[in-house]
Amino acid sequence: MTQSVIQTDRITRRFGSFVAVRDVSLSVERGSIFGLLGPNGSGKSTLIRMLCGVLRPSDGSGSVLGVDIRKDPEAIKRRIGYMSQKFSLYADLSVLENLRFYGRIYGLSPARQSEREAAVIQLTGIQPYTERLAGQLSGGWKQRLALACAFIHEPEVIFLDEPTAGIDPVARRDLWDLLFELSHRGVTMFVTTHYMDEAERCTHVGYIYMARLIALGKPADLKAAPDVTPTGTRRYEVSCTNPTAALARARTIPSVRDATMFGDTLHILLDDTVSTDALLAQIAAGDPSASARPIAPTLEDAFVILSRRHARDAA
Amino acid sequence: MNGFLAILLKEFSHIRRDRSTILFAFVVPALQLTIFGFAIKTTIENIPLVVFDLDGKQESRRIVEALTASRTFRVQDRVHNADAFRRALSSGRAKAGLLIPADYSERLLRREQAQVQMLIDGSDSQVATTALNTTSLVVTRLSMGRARMVGEAAQVGPARDQHGDFAPPMDARVRLLFNPDLESSHFFVPGLIAIILQLVLVFLTSFSIVKERELGTLEQLFVTPVGRAGLMFGKLIPYALMAFGELLIVLTVMMVVFDVPIHGSLAALLTWSTLFIVTALGLGLLISTIAKSQLQAMQFSFLVMLPSVLLSGFMFPREEMPTILYLVGFLLPVTYFIEILRAVILRAADAIDVLPAVIGLATCCIAILALSLTRFRKQLD
Repeated sequence: MTQSVIQTDRITRRFGSFVAVRDVSLSVERGSIFGLLGPNGSGKSTLIRMLCGVLRPSDGSGSVLGVDIRKDPEAIKRRIGYMSQKFSLYADLSVLENLRFYGRIYGLSPARQSEREAAVIQLTGIQPYTERLAGQLSGGWKQRLALACAFIHEPEVIFLDEPTAGIDPVARRDLWDLLFELSHRGVTMFVTTHYMDEAERCTHVGYIYMARLIALGKPADLKAAPDVTPTGTRRYEVSCTNPTAALARARTIPSVRDATMFGDTLHILLDDTVSTDALLAQIAAGDPSASARPIAPTLEDAFVILSRRHARDAA
Repeated sequence: MNGFLAILLKEFSHIRRDRSTILFAFVVPALQLTIFGFAIKTTIENIPLVVFDLDGKQESRRIVEALTASRTFRVQDRVHNADAFRRALSSGRAKAGLLIPADYSERLLRREQAQVQMLIDGSDSQVATTALNTTSLVVTRLSMGRARMVGEAAQVGPARDQHGDFAPPMDARVRLLFNPDLESSHFFVPGLIAIILQLVLVFLTSFSIVKERELGTLEQLFVTPVGRAGLMFGKLIPYALMAFGELLIVLTVMMVVFDVPIHGSLAALLTWSTLFIVTALGLGLLISTIAKSQLQAMQFSFLVMLPSVLLSGFMFPREEMPTILYLVGFLLPVTYFIEILRAVILRAADAIDVLPAVIGLATCCIAILALSLTRFRKQLD
């Protein structure tokens, strides 16, 4: 049985005449990893801050762990963890001092404090650096420490605002492994990110664009949506010797609905009525190495199509 | 008061690790007090005087001696033509010029009124006023002396003193209370303590909070169950303790370096000072609720500092100010504190004497704290 941990209903936040978040309704199930994607300034952080009870919604409502975010934000704060976009621990305190500080803030008893300290140190593997000043840690370790601090009081939900921005790929993967570990323990994760590969790892994703949530669901469902690959079309990956020239030609053909570069290949959305041989003949004539193979859409494809449609509808 | 202890302990760790805070809180005030205490001096002495003596006899030398003996003037230059005389004044080398005409001694002997001319550079009104008063006083005294000689010779005079000698008909008995040597440091150093205390406290507290806002740690704290009061008091109390230590240091500097004794009750002085410390911390807190960056916090602090120096009565007597500026002074907590410090330190004033100032300071304190408490929210905007 699934249980909704985070729920919003047409939640809206205005700053003066600017609308940062408009009519966002979503629901996040216990134990899931919910990924919120969207360009910079689309309203991701504003939404997170409203859910954490530090920013009042202008309209609509929301609840976290069954508690209304307008009525009792302080009750929510005891049961959630939050990791903000930039490193916001005390650089001049050591790793252990930071952990102690947050433990005290959450009012842990001394016995519980040492138990939880040991648990999060073990979880994040930060043991070798406990005496080091937080400011002297590398980017990846800083994020682990931030996660350790956010998890010191064993919250049921953790909000992470772009936790992997600016850290190296190895640290990024390690951090995701940690998130999965926590998720398996039943902790609900609400993560914002820019990375499509991270979105693919989430159990549920939402895509926020120009303050509105324009896509919501499981990655597989979103990719399979009829909007993404309309009936009567199929996706192909085309390899050829001169992909740039092929792209320019492809974009002039009416039966090609969409064409983009992807590394040194092209991704093409083609009408069923046209065969791949006919396509190759038109865009890569005389190139014997040219080939096309059918592919499934990526989340990026899905988001690109949805954003375009949204921009068109809005215009 | 949720999380009070956590914030308090953390704040002490910050202060312990940040040498510049310790320096700014303890060493800088003592240095500032010493330097400014010596620099601010209102007793004006040694005004450079240029003498153009066309007479050059004993009587003309006597008047120059009398002027320099007062220590108000020192002879910067003696010139022998009118051009050099003017030049000495226009170049600013001399602030006053004494012109003694050629017939000065001659006229005195003939019992005709003799004249000397004193030209005073009026640019600096304080220097000019002192030069003016001293000149009048010295010349009057010399005149009186001559008048008495003449009177004694003729056995007539306006009055006699208790020894039966001729004396001026009126005599004012002046006694200087509280600061008999007219040491300007006795007046300025207590005021300076208030100014320095406010400067350091407002900067330290507003910076320590705005810094957390800039670093994002404040936002992180807002997402925790830490209480508003716990957060505020946890941040302010370490600075209040530091301020108290700082107060003891500057009071010691005042007594040792400037030789200003505390005539009133030390306990009362420390009590009223604590009230001021709380007020200044509240002011820092208030600034931190308005300022978004450390730069803004600095600008706001200066906005408070400037009237505190100029309108509080620290530099200039408030009674002389235009009404509107006089009234602005009442809005500044430091106005009351300077009044209290001077009263207790110099005049041994007791609680009844300083009651109006204490009420004023307490009102400021409550108003500032109430305002900053309502503005300080665990919310972003």
